[in-house]
Amino acid sequence: MESAKVNVRTYSAEEGPKQHDRHPLAKRRLIVLVSLSITLILVSLFSLMAGAVSFSISEIWNGLFDSSDTLERRIVWDLRLPRVLIGVVVGMCLASAGAILQGVMRNPLADPGIIGVSSGAGLVAVIIMIIYPTYIALLPLAAFIGALVTALIIYALSWRGGTSVVRIILVGVAINAIIGSFMSALMLLYSDRVQAVLPWLAGGIGGVGWVQFKMIIYYVMIALILALFSIKHIRVLRLGDELAKLLGHHVERSRFFLIVMSTLLAGIAVSVSGLIGFVGLVVPHILRLIIGGDYRYLLPASALGGGLLVVLADTIARSAFNPIELPVGILLAFIGGPFFLYLIQRRRGPVAGH
Amino acid sequence: MLVTKRLDFEHSTAFQLEDINLSIQKGEIVSLVGPNGSGKSTLLRLMSRLISPKSGEILLVGKAIKSMKTEDVAKKLAMLPQMLDHQLDLTVAELVEFGRYPHRGAYSKLTTEDKKVTQWAIEITKLQSFRNRMLHSLSGGERQRAWIAMAIAQRPEILLLDEPTTFLDISHQLEVMELVKDLNENFGMTVVMVLHDINQAARYSERMIVLKNGKVLYDSTPTDVLRREMFQSVFGIDANIYKESGKTFFTPMKLGKEG
Repeated sequence: MESAKVNVRTYSAEEGPKQHDRHPLAKRRLIVLVSLSITLILVSLFSLMAGAVSFSISEIWNGLFDSSDTLERRIVWDLRLPRVLIGVVVGMCLASAGAILQGVMRNPLADPGIIGVSSGAGLVAVIIMIIYPTYIALLPLAAFIGALVTALIIYALSWRGGTSVVRIILVGVAINAIIGSFMSALMLLYSDRVQAVLPWLAGGIGGVGWVQFKMIIYYVMIALILALFSIKHIRVLRLGDELAKLLGHHVERSRFFLIVMSTLLAGIAVSVSGLIGFVGLVVPHILRLIIGGDYRYLLPASALGGGLLVVLADTIARSAFNPIELPVGILLAFIGGPFFLYLIQRRRGPVAGH
Repeated sequence: MLVTKRLDFEHSTAFQLEDINLSIQKGEIVSLVGPNGSGKSTLLRLMSRLISPKSGEILLVGKAIKSMKTEDVAKKLAMLPQMLDHQLDLTVAELVEFGRYPHRGAYSKLTTEDKKVTQWAIEITKLQSFRNRMLHSLSGGERQRAWIAMAIAQRPEILLLDEPTTFLDISHQLEVMELVKDLNENFGMTVVMVLHDINQAARYSERMIVLKNGKVLYDSTPTDVLRREMFQSVFGIDANIYKESGKTFFTPMKLGKEG
């Protein structure tokens, strides 16, 4: 039966589709990483110049490198520089925490803010601030512990011989609501001391200085270095739990490590800046649309993008409505929420343009 | 190569596997067939340690799979589940490199050996010109070959495939089956696969295992297994059996009385 003979389709290099000699996103990734780095530096510089008193580049230079007691020195070095630096590291931590959580849950809507990890950190932080203010130096550690305990509770409650993404998010949303009620109760009970906590709750880096910077910088450095180790874990987990297991990967172990990583980063950010939402959700999301979901590039790009966004937003928040300073968290939620809705609407493929 | 001993598995009272005793020999191509819900995919998942049996044990090259390190199992046994994430934004080369994962661990770089094996897997599956294409931009057949390339980059001694041809059009189905045959004949890879298409199973395997309601009913050569009584009792259909170029095939005729 000659007609029944089927030709097996084969390709050779010549007749196949167009040959690509490198990764299709290689150029785009490079451009994005380089331009984020440059923009971050430029925006930070701009942030030192702008504010109630504006400075020129040369005045900034004097403020930074001339230690004599001048007006520039006091504003640029004592007030603005620590604030800019804190904005950068807080943004880096928030965006990395979001990116890692989205990676481990394989869900672009996962965010420490959404599943209650940030509010867990926040609750412990509020307790310290209004009940035990003498232990304020332990704030980052306490916030991390609060975030971690919350994450572990969420993890345990969603465990059914394994965890499912949907369960984690549902449990997280419920935990978030419970913590919110504790927080409200606490503030009613200690209504006389709430004034000090309010700006922090709105999410801001208004009153921060070198003290807060020194408080968190070691935590930040350790956490960001550890975050680099999470890249490999996320890459394998993205293949799916089954395939990761089949390749000999310890899925539950690495998921646990990633959740701890994410809560550590979120806790550090919360301890100094309060509840700033949206950064961890949207920065990785936008970057994923542009450079794809490979965490070797997405995680560093998210960190840079997070730093950039917080510094930029904080600069706008404190100069646009002069003399009133808006907490950066409010501004971010105000601009970011609708923007995120817009992104969800137009999102189609895993990568923009597909 | 792969032995199951008195394997029991219980998902619910309605679905269980009972007393599965199989011995897969080195170099065999074995097909698992049976009606929906017969337990063939579950058996494959048990063999690949994705799920654990209620009792009984699975031996991989003489060692109990349960007592082995999971990365050591992955060096000997590769499996492709049926449901794979086709939206992954990885290139073919990046995907295939994951096959080296059990050999190199999480933190080390690809060695020359890893690169050589990756290249080999890409060549065997004829994906050279797709190396740097994104997985989601490929056709179904190309994508399936990419997944297989990843699995064989593990350099497994035994390859388990769960319905590797489902959802592919007919030419791509043949492409995949020819690839499996090539891997078996030229690289000595033992293959166990769940197939829906019984004629395909008969054509490409030396041994067919028929399951129904969690029990092994037949375990023999395709010619032995493809009989009218088997189609009657297992699938409840009347079938015509015929031979062509030495292989046995069947044509379903009508629904028969289920035995």
